[in-house]
Amino acid sequence: MIRGTKNYLVFLWRCGRIAFVGNWLYYAWMGLLTMVCLAGLNAYARQFTGGLVTTGMSDQVSWGVYIANFTFIVGVAAAAVMVVVPVYIYRNKDLHDLVIFGELLAVAAIIMCLAFVTVDLGRPERFWHLIPGLGKFNFPRSMLSWDVIVLNIYLLLNVHICGYILYCRYRGRMPAKWFYIPFVFVGIVWAVSIHTVTAFLFVGLGGRHFWNDAIIGPRFIASAFAAGPSIIILALQVIRRFSTYAIPDRALLVLRSIVQIAMLVNLFLLANELFNEFYTENLSVASARYLFFGLHGHHALVPWIWTALTLDVAATALFVLPLSRSVQWLDVACLCAIIGIWIEKGMGLVIPGFVPTPLGEMVEYRPTMNETLICLGIWALGFLCYTIFLRMSIPILQGTLSKANEGAV
Amino acid sequence: MTGPTPGGEPSHPKPANGDMSRRSFLRASAAFATGVAAVAAGLAPLRKLGDYCSVDEFLQKHYKELTPDEMARVLARIEREVERQYGIRPHVRDYKPMNGVEFVYALNLTRCVGCRRCVHACVAENNQSRDPEIQYIRVLKMPNGTLDLEKGDHNYAPAAVPEKGFFYMPVQCHHCKNPPCVKVCPVKATWQEPDGITVIDYNWCIGCRYCEAACPYWARRFNFAQPSIPREEINPNMSYLGNRPRYRGVMEKCHFCIQRTRAGRYPACLEVCPTGSRKFGNILDPDSEVSFILQNKRVFVLKEDLLTLPRFFYYFDI
Repeated sequence: MIRGTKNYLVFLWRCGRIAFVGNWLYYAWMGLLTMVCLAGLNAYARQFTGGLVTTGMSDQVSWGVYIANFTFIVGVAAAAVMVVVPVYIYRNKDLHDLVIFGELLAVAAIIMCLAFVTVDLGRPERFWHLIPGLGKFNFPRSMLSWDVIVLNIYLLLNVHICGYILYCRYRGRMPAKWFYIPFVFVGIVWAVSIHTVTAFLFVGLGGRHFWNDAIIGPRFIASAFAAGPSIIILALQVIRRFSTYAIPDRALLVLRSIVQIAMLVNLFLLANELFNEFYTENLSVASARYLFFGLHGHHALVPWIWTALTLDVAATALFVLPLSRSVQWLDVACLCAIIGIWIEKGMGLVIPGFVPTPLGEMVEYRPTMNETLICLGIWALGFLCYTIFLRMSIPILQGTLSKANEGAV
Repeated sequence: MTGPTPGGEPSHPKPANGDMSRRSFLRASAAFATGVAAVAAGLAPLRKLGDYCSVDEFLQKHYKELTPDEMARVLARIEREVERQYGIRPHVRDYKPMNGVEFVYALNLTRCVGCRRCVHACVAENNQSRDPEIQYIRVLKMPNGTLDLEKGDHNYAPAAVPEKGFFYMPVQCHHCKNPPCVKVCPVKATWQEPDGITVIDYNWCIGCRYCEAACPYWARRFNFAQPSIPREEINPNMSYLGNRPRYRGVMEKCHFCIQRTRAGRYPACLEVCPTGSRKFGNILDPDSEVSFILQNKRVFVLKEDLLTLPRFFYYFDI
């Protein structure tokens, strides 16, 4: 027992230490991310001191970029499942060794999600009111309480799976199937659940027609399964360029065919939504009209949503055409999909829900500099976490960081 | 993100062991010190925080879990807090609901002239922040012939009201029997009292603003900044669930003047109304004015299709 604990602590210590070791490019990258994180921390300290008045939010538009980014990133976390399913259900060989990179991405994404929710709170020090047993948790009535539960359990599931597999690799042992396979399969269902519950946060509000629509949930899943694997494709590209870890093109092409389908489904669902809103043309179309065409002289989101739609369509076309079998074009397609979906289901979903207000008032939202800095800081934190996870896991997977060479390095 | 060498391990030539450890120790210490300094610099704005939250306040239990003794201590503490902040000793009480009472509000759209006196009486009575300005009541100027709220004017400012061709519709918390705001609160910081008033525990709200998104009547207000009220304008007769000064970062809204109505008085907005458009009372009492109105007038509620079952009714005289 004591020996086991000691072994594990040595493992953690070595993992922690290697995060601080690398070539100049690594230091430059990590230094940059740390600086942006610190700028974000500084901006958050200002927000904490002055209140949320430092943001662009108001009583009229009471959620902004924090919740928009949160919504997008929950999808990224959920999309890890798109690497897990081919491997564990369809026995795909090409992706087998890459599953862990998807799961680590999920861990980094959930950390970002929790950060985005925390910075959105008016009284963050009262977070303990949310802890079941200690506080007063409104479960199962509040969808937000569901979200707190599913996100944290998803985090634990992925930390467990990644941590266990990496530790086994480090020790040179075969992982015991019973100790992780069940969690992998629970994780598959759980991934869908985190994004569905996040959609239900919005769908469950009967007074907001723009959100109170059954198609939001399916669209969330479809767009997540497009944007998430796109991010994983880019991450794998970075890994094989900057490390000696070999990743075959075939693996990327498997992910490409997943994104292909997801993008098509996403566009189809979007078309359904647009038809529903604009063909019937009743009063509840106001928010959609504001988003796509502007309403009563207010147009802030119009250029954004058309950019998003253009990128979505361009990405879909690229993914469908054989052109994107070449890796450069695949990168372009992924980038288009990521940015398009980030706009469309971030700001494009959250903000119009508040415009006009339930009393018909038109107030627009524009994030402040301070708010933007906090967002950038959290994005940098996510990149920082993911980089560190990769820095630890790649040598372990390659066998250069293992129990066998404990004394050597 | 690993180095270019095989396996990603650094391939520096290794100096003698003792030298290495001393140098790496010094380097690590320097890096650590730089890190701490950088984080401290990042957190520098917190120096302006002042007394943000006391330990007692941080550890305070939910309203419904406070024993009478604990409640007494909490009320005394809040009185001290208010005195420290505003320089005036208030009387903070925890008014309880009366048995056999369920409050409803009725508003006569035929009579209302849109003078907004109710808005300002409410602000004065309920210690709303003056800067930034928070108001519980929003009056809409509606063109005759429609109830489409999008056609309403929120910022009307003519020389005199009422204007021909318009009617005025004040909106405040509807104290719904099926309140979406209560349903969505993740920590039960807002709930419906037995007398029908939907209240907020300002010491329990975490400030997620989910209730504000859920409310179909745009009745909730959030303290985006530290509220401020001139000392001479403080109303010292305060209640825990009602008009005591709020904290930054929490939600607030109309509570039917809980400190007045639970003591048998009318809400401030009703008392100030020059046209008698506002009626308030106990719906469980068949002889009350509101019972008469609900039985005999042409009454409607806003957004009836949402089945929120408001306790706030609008009616026409003619």
